[in-house]
This record gives sequence, structure tokens and C-alpha cells, in this order.
Amino acid sequence: MAATTSDAGTRRDFIYVASASMGAVGAAALAWPFIDQMNPTTAALALASTEVDLSAIQPGQQIVYKWRGHPLFVRRRTPAEIAAAKAVDVASLPDNNARNANVADNLPATDANRAIKPEWLVLIGVCTHLGCIPTVSTPAIPEGEYGGWLCHCHGSMYDTAGRIRKGPAPENLPVPPYAFLSDTRIKVG
Amino acid sequence: MSGPSTYNPKSGFERWLDARLPLPRLMHDTMQTFPTPRNLNIWYTFGGILTFCLGVQIITGVVLAMHYVANAGLAFDSVEAIMRDVNYGWLIRYMHANGASMFFLAVYIHMFRGLYYGSYKAPRELIWIIGVLIYLLMMATAFFGYVLPWGQMSFWGATVITNLFSAIPVIGNHIATWLWGDFAVGDATLNRFFSLHYLLPFIIAGVVGLHIWALHVPGNNNPLGIDVKSPQDTLPFHPYYTVKDAFYLVLFVILFAGFVFYSPDFFGNPDNYQPANPLVTPPDIVPEWYLLPFYAMLRSIPNKLLGVIVMGGAIVTLVFIPWLDTSRVRSCRFRPLMKQFFWAFAVCCVLLGYCGAQAVDAARFGIPLVWVARIASLYYFAFFWLIMPIIGLIETPKKLPASIAQSVFGDNAATPAE
Repeated sequence: MAATTSDAGTRRDFIYVASASMGAVGAAALAWPFIDQMNPTTAALALASTEVDLSAIQPGQQIVYKWRGHPLFVRRRTPAEIAAAKAVDVASLPDNNARNANVADNLPATDANRAIKPEWLVLIGVCTHLGCIPTVSTPAIPEGEYGGWLCHCHGSMYDTAGRIRKGPAPENLPVPPYAFLSDTRIKVG
Repeated sequence: MSGPSTYNPKSGFERWLDARLPLPRLMHDTMQTFPTPRNLNIWYTFGGILTFCLGVQIITGVVLAMHYVANAGLAFDSVEAIMRDVNYGWLIRYMHANGASMFFLAVYIHMFRGLYYGSYKAPRELIWIIGVLIYLLMMATAFFGYVLPWGQMSFWGATVITNLFSAIPVIGNHIATWLWGDFAVGDATLNRFFSLHYLLPFIIAGVVGLHIWALHVPGNNNPLGIDVKSPQDTLPFHPYYTVKDAFYLVLFVILFAGFVFYSPDFFGNPDNYQPANPLVTPPDIVPEWYLLPFYAMLRSIPNKLLGVIVMGGAIVTLVFIPWLDTSRVRSCRFRPLMKQFFWAFAVCCVLLGYCGAQAVDAARFGIPLVWVARIASLYYFAFFWLIMPIIGLIETPKKLPASIAQSVFGDNAATPAE
């Protein structure tokens, strides 16, 4: 068991490197629980769903509900708002992606791909820039230039289909998964 | 300048201690006999003032933590209870809240002083870089602290700042979720921010120790920016600078007390006296005044990722200053060209702060402020990355004095009596 003294290193070198490596692996393995504890708990991960009654919402009106900690916009669009949303050339949009959990990924952001029924627009009301809640635009009190929403934090403007048109936000307001239970009731989530 | 120690233990106990834990020797050499340039002016008293500020924040903060509850349902009311029910709670909280602003006021003066007199130049690069690190830690601590009262500005400030990380491609949203511990800012976020807000000041105190240690190797720079050449250029730290620091500290504390007692909400935002509401964003979200210049940069760029990169780059840039300045002269007193660009830079920082405080679409004299902010941001980066390297090469500096003593006493009194 004589120690060798070649350039390839001694048994002692090997033991040093091997034990240091195992130590590093152990430290990295131990670091993970301390990093992962910051992620959402299982309670926060449990998916919640909300049912929304649409019957009280008037044309041109938006009601805000809370869903998974985020505001949920439910807007009953007027024919003029729907027409304005349909008239847009989707190729010219900053984000030509439907961002709709109810349709296939990467579909173009046409109005038909944004709303299951044209009259009802259901969106997660969180600006895709830095997370503020955009203010809804009405004919009486316009917000932004596109009749949809304006985010007052940094000036992002959305149109009547919740698509980003101007400002720093990179993406359209996302459409959450939802389904019509009846003509006047939807289930979100 | 950390030369041979001049400590001479007098009593038997001091000799006994000196052989085991030479703490009195350390204090004697660093705070008493430490040779300090004899020409330091008022702007050099802010290091001491900053140490005082850190102490105030830690002491008042530890007390506030005895009464505060880090729970999204109780935090706001516990802060109101501190203000109304806890004995002198109003005083301690106002000291803590205004103390943060005073801390940043002092640190900005301290940083601009370093920039003006070239205190970042060799051999003091590490002092500067450690200082930038302290500044970063201060911003993180202040941000965490601002979230704790759980008012509207707390909540939405936390939302906007943590969302900055979501700009990172691919993993950005996961990082934001990881920071929140939920899918939005909530109770989990508040708890961890409180934990970190309590931790970071002690880390700052440790890094301040490194900052002072690094300072005590080459010694202080001075308004002339020339090296200490002989003992006549210096004075012992005590009593000359302990007294000078103490005098200006008293003036600073008068200003501090003025805010605490006469206008305690001067730096605050009225929206933060409304409890946090995750469903309503206040019409105008503004950060605390000391972050406004960076906020203005973020807002002036109409692209999310680019805005975040520019904002982060503005701070990272500071690390490289020791190597961006190519001049062999330290002090702007002898740099006629650099002096002008320096003051333009100071104006540009104030201008950015002003733009950051206004509404997104505001305009003054028909000029949209977003364009003012864009030009000022451009100058901010040009100052460090273009002007600093180029001016250093083309500028002809004024003649430097032969020594600190000569500049203080004149040629005739080259060897003054102590």
C-alpha cells in the first residue's frame, strides 16, 4: 500500500478531491430545501374555481371578481366595442397571440380567439408589465386611446379585446380557463 | 496609513488584555491616533453621520419589531396600534420612517462627495465598490421595510418591484412566484420581507466594517485629492475629527428632528394610510423619493425587459467607475472640464427624480416628461461610459499643490508648529 508519487496524483490527492466533491454535492443538496421553501405552499397551489353570475351585468359594464388572488375582469361588451375589436388587423398588434387558456397555444389574437361568446370578455386583470390593475374605459370616462383599459402605473393601453396596443406591457391580458354553465353563469378555473 | 501601532498599555490589566484580545489597541489605532488629512471639509463628516443613521434604524427597528405583527390581516392595524396605543410608539415609528430618508440623504451626499473628489480612484477602488454594495443592501432593506405597514403603496410598490423580475426571459415568472411564495403578493410575501428586513441591517453593519477596514489601509482621500506625504499633512483622528464629526452630526440631527416633530409625513404617501387592497391599484404609484431617479428610467423605456435592464445597469455601472475614470488627478477642484460635467450629472439626477414623481403622461412647458427622462437617462449613462473615460484623456488639469500642509499654511509656513 505504498503511496505512489507520479504526476497523476497520490491516493491522498484523490481522497481530498473526492471528499471535497462529495461535500459540495451535499451542500448543494441541502441548499435546495432552503430555496424551495420560498415557493408557494401546497395550500396556495390548490386550484380554486369561482362561479360568476352574469345576469346583473349591463352592456358596457365591467364587474371585478377575485380569482386565485388576482382580479378577474368580466366585461359585457357593447356591439360598438365588439366591432372595434374585430376591426383590428391582428398582424399589426404588439402581441399577436390569443393568450387564451381555452384555445390552442399560439393562435393569432383575433377577437374570436379572445372571447368564447363575443358579448362576454373574461380576463385576468393584471397588467402584463409590472402587475398593476388597469382601469376600465367607458364612453363617459375614457381611459387610454383604445376604449379598453389604461394601466396608470406605466401607461400601458389595452383595447376592447384586452390586447396590448401601446406602452411597455409585453403581452395581452390573459384569458383564464372558464366555461359557460348556462347563458348567465360561468365557472372560472 | 495603518502604520506601526502607537498604543502603549499603561496599567497591568491593559497589558494583560493586550496580550490576549488587543481590542483597546484596535480602538486606539483606528479612532484615536489614526492620521487623517488635515484639510477634510464638511462633506467628509457624512461617513460618521451614516454610521449614526444605521444605529438609529437598528435601535428603533428592534423596538418596532416588538409591537409589529407580520401578518397580512393584522399588519396594518398593528402599525396603527404602534402609532396610537404603544407608549411613544408614534415617536419611534416616525424616527424609523424619517430615519430611512435621512439615511439616504446622507448616503447620496457621501456618494456625490466621493465622485467629486475622486475618492474611488486607486488605491481606494475597493472602498468604493464595497460602498456600492452597501447602497444596494440599503435599497433592498428600505424596500422590504416600506412593504411592512401593508398600506396601498406598500402592497402595490411590492407588486411592481417584484414584477421587475418577471421581465427575465423564460424563468422570470418562476422567480416572481418564488419571491412571492404565492401567485401574487400576499401573506407569505409579507412574512419573508419582514424576516429579511430584520436581517439585512446586520449584514449592512458587517459590510460597513469592511468599508471602514478598507478605508483604514490607504487612509482618507481629501479635497485636494493628493496623497499624504509627511506627518505634517495629517492630524490625529481624535480630537480633531471626532469633534468635527460630532458638530456636523448635531446639525444633521436638528434637521432629522425637524422632520420627525414638525412634518413626520413629509416623505410619506397618503395612500399608505389606506389598508392594502389587492383589487384596486392607486392611480399613481410612486416609490419613496430616494428611488425616483431609477423609477423614472424604468418608466421612460417602452419595453419591459429593456426598462429593467437599464434600471439595473444604472446601479451596476457604479461598480466600474474606478476604471472608467482615466484621469490621473483625483479631485474635481483641479479638473475644470470634469467639474462642469459633474454638476450637469448632479442636475440630471435631480431631474430624473422629478420626472419619476410625476404622472406617466405629464408634460411641462409643452415637453412630455417622458422625453426629459429619456434624455436625462442617456446623459446618466454617457457620463460614466463616455464622458469619464474621454475627459480624463483630453483634459489639462490645473497645477496640484506640493502638499496638503503647503496648501493649508501657504509656502511660508511649510513646517507649522503643532
